[in-house]
Amino acid sequence: MSDTEHHVCPVGLYLAIFGALMVFTLLTVGAAYLNMGVMNNVVMLGIAIVKAALVISIFMHLKYNPKILWVVAIGAFVWLGIMLALTLSDVMSRGWIPNQPASWL
Amino acid sequence: MSDAHSSPYLAHHFDDMEQQSQAASLGMWIFLAQEIMFFGGLFCGYAVYRLKFPEAFSAGSYSLAIGWGCFNTVVLIGSSLTMALAVRSAQLGRKAGIIKWLVITMFLGCVFLGVKVVEYSAKFEHNMIPGRHFEFHDDGKFVVAGHGDHSAAVGHDEPVHAEVGEPADHHAAEAAHGEPTEHAEPAGEDNGHGIVEINQGEVELFVGFYFMMTGMHALHMVIGVGLIIWLLVLTAKNRFATEYYTPIEMFGLYWHFVDIVWIFLFPLLYLIGRH
Amino acid sequence: MSAPGVTANEVAPEERRIHYLNWATTVKSWLLTLDHKRICILYLCTITFYFLVGAVAATLFRIELMTPQGDFLSAEIYNKMFTMHGVAMIFFFLVPSIPATLGNFLIPLMIGAKDVAFPRLNLLTWYLFSIGSLFALFAIINGGVDTGWTFYTPYSSTYANGHVIAATFGVFVAGFASILTGLNFIVTVHKMRAPGMTWFRLPLFIWAAYATSIIMVLGTPVIAITMLLIIAERGLGIGIFDPALGGDPVLFQHLFWFYSHPAVYIMILPGFGVISEVIACFCRKRVFGYEFIAFSSLAIAIIGFFVWGHHLFVSSQSVYAGLIFSFLTFFVGVPTAIKIFNWVATLYKGSVSFETPMLYALGFIGLFTVGGLTGLYLSTLAIDIHLHDTYFVVAHFHYVMVGGMVLAFLSGLHFWWPKMTGRIYNETAAKFASVIVFIGFNLTFFPQFIVGYLGMPRRYYEYPEQWQLLQLLSSAGASVLGFGFLMVLCYLPFSLVFGKRAGPNPWRAKGLEWEETTSPPIAHNFVKNPIVTEEAYAYTKGSRHV
Repeated sequence: MSDTEHHVCPVGLYLAIFGALMVFTLLTVGAAYLNMGVMNNVVMLGIAIVKAALVISIFMHLKYNPKILWVVAIGAFVWLGIMLALTLSDVMSRGWIPNQPASWL
Repeated sequence: MSDAHSSPYLAHHFDDMEQQSQAASLGMWIFLAQEIMFFGGLFCGYAVYRLKFPEAFSAGSYSLAIGWGCFNTVVLIGSSLTMALAVRSAQLGRKAGIIKWLVITMFLGCVFLGVKVVEYSAKFEHNMIPGRHFEFHDDGKFVVAGHGDHSAAVGHDEPVHAEVGEPADHHAAEAAHGEPTEHAEPAGEDNGHGIVEINQGEVELFVGFYFMMTGMHALHMVIGVGLIIWLLVLTAKNRFATEYYTPIEMFGLYWHFVDIVWIFLFPLLYLIGRH
Repeated sequence: MSAPGVTANEVAPEERRIHYLNWATTVKSWLLTLDHKRICILYLCTITFYFLVGAVAATLFRIELMTPQGDFLSAEIYNKMFTMHGVAMIFFFLVPSIPATLGNFLIPLMIGAKDVAFPRLNLLTWYLFSIGSLFALFAIINGGVDTGWTFYTPYSSTYANGHVIAATFGVFVAGFASILTGLNFIVTVHKMRAPGMTWFRLPLFIWAAYATSIIMVLGTPVIAITMLLIIAERGLGIGIFDPALGGDPVLFQHLFWFYSHPAVYIMILPGFGVISEVIACFCRKRVFGYEFIAFSSLAIAIIGFFVWGHHLFVSSQSVYAGLIFSFLTFFVGVPTAIKIFNWVATLYKGSVSFETPMLYALGFIGLFTVGGLTGLYLSTLAIDIHLHDTYFVVAHFHYVMVGGMVLAFLSGLHFWWPKMTGRIYNETAAKFASVIVFIGFNLTFFPQFIVGYLGMPRRYYEYPEQWQLLQLLSSAGASVLGFGFLMVLCYLPFSLVFGKRAGPNPWRAKGLEWEETTSPPIAHNFVKNPIVTEEAYAYTKGSRHV
């Protein structure tokens, strides 16, 4: 395991990842000009997640690192997800019960 | 394990270089995890308001210069590439390579920041700065529904009158019932001519988030540029070797993280409302 | 597993022994120290100061509350007093308390390391904490802040007078001390354990500190950004929470409580760790259900992040979200209850003795249980509608924070005092003070359950006459409690000069910090790097009198 941390990536791999990131950037900008309704958001976020995953796994070497670091990285995003999910569950469900008449007061 | 004690790069409280390097990596990743939560608070606020005011957010996003946004994205991802190459040079013990790639990374970072200055100045010129004088200019696709003046008295750490300035905005008067966030009906609806009416206050919220999020991101980049200068000084002084280049590696993680934040910021801020 | 004659140092006459406190005595050696044990002492001084700041504020408003009329303090000053009390006690006393003091001191010792993973970062955290606290102190001295420690918008962001920016910035800066401390501890526990110190041989204090650190790292950044948003709104006019723009004040509450609820677990989990250590030692027994206590610490850390909405039940949060949060809040009580059961089971057939640390620990079990159970009332959505913002809530959190956490802190302070200082305090004075504290505490806060149930709101300086007796009892109890704390603040420093010198292991406890180091320890902790061969708490029967 002591070798994997200091694994040296070939330059070609870095260039390939850069190329992929450029392609995805073009895709996301292009997709923004198409009207796909709610899928716009899905596509945009999906592409962003793929780009982030490429940067994290290759540029940041997480692919070659011990699993504990994967737990830390993924855990942080999961925690962010918890904060978003539960907060949005409030915001999105506020209108579900219509205002009750206050005649009983 | 005892021969590792002879390494000049080993701190006294560690047993060997392997332990030291693994500790540094784990520490840095935990730091990045907390940075994710730090920016995450802003993303959470953004998400709440975007869901509530989709048209206003589209209007705000439309007012941003997508060209500069794309350019900056390419520049920043490029700087991630050059940073990765700098770390690679460090792994191979190539001092000249480290310096070359660090300088290019710093240059690209400064280009990014320069573009942000240009973008922010444009916003200043158009009075699209959150605060008392915020104005959203109807731009053909998005028009302000009524021209609201949100003259709420804003406290600035000095004695302030408790009552809100009179609601010149006719929406506020109608919003007396129900939740505080309710706004009058016409806002946000396509009036049939492909023109969307939006509420100026809500656009101001978007612009507020634009400045907070890109501003916080830019601050992290400024700190990053400063750290690159420090790393250049250390490299020039031969402080690194193939067995120890941890600061460069850890800084690389930081820089890539800043890139990842932008990877999310760019579509969320620049690419809504384009269709 | 005591190493025989730990060091030649030990057989030297005690007055000439060199250890971490006396090997250098210049101010610079303290202010630039990299020694985790000295950093503990630095923190101990700072947090004691802020405890006193919070206590003074409490004294003033408890005097006001003796009478139904608002006659001692003006309404505005009263608001500033309870704000100051909350801010000082929570951010500058409770949150750092055990982690930054006992945690800093003990974690490397308990795992057999020479220091924490990042000693310079450790020192930086003390400076961040101190600087942050100075901003808050500035706000307090220059007229105070009256928003409550919760800084709810739009009052704090728009309408409040006073130095809200200074106070919130202070919290922001001190928050980073917390984050970096947690980061340091996690890496230390992962990477610096001595050979043979497997995860399940770790003392439960380490498990508790580890779980606490996870919360610190994941939760604190959110309040950091939230404080910055308040500053942006107040100082730069960026109206994030301004209703006139469509802003949502409840969004602030979500962001604030996303940290501040897990923060209460930051405050209590280290206390749980201390209780495990103290009970094991004074029952001469391995803690019952070691793995359950270890995992329950992690469970509390994780589940604690899912429940913050129970602070927002009456805020106009949607009822559906309220239902989810209420449901999840019940779950977080389960791992906590597991701990209580296990500690009580440890007492059963243990060889129990009643030294001061044990008295505080036993008090903790009772008082924390009351506090925890009353939390269940509050997590029940329908009941909370009536109890929210009443004194019932105040009593609940003081039972867990003071009856729980402060008692655990005192228990730990007394337990490890001989190790940290090399001195023994006066046991009679200590026992007496612990009883005073217990009586004073209950007299202060039990009436508050009643008066809250009867409907008295919190943060009010005037109240109807019929509640005066209960409030008077509460204020009387506060003076007794204060007297107990003052006693502690007297006999502990007294022992530094006049106390009997302690041997390496006066309690005959198990653990690397007791068995492998001197009292006080030498600067780099161990003469020989320890190797661990036995389980935690390997007490043998009848070992007390050996």
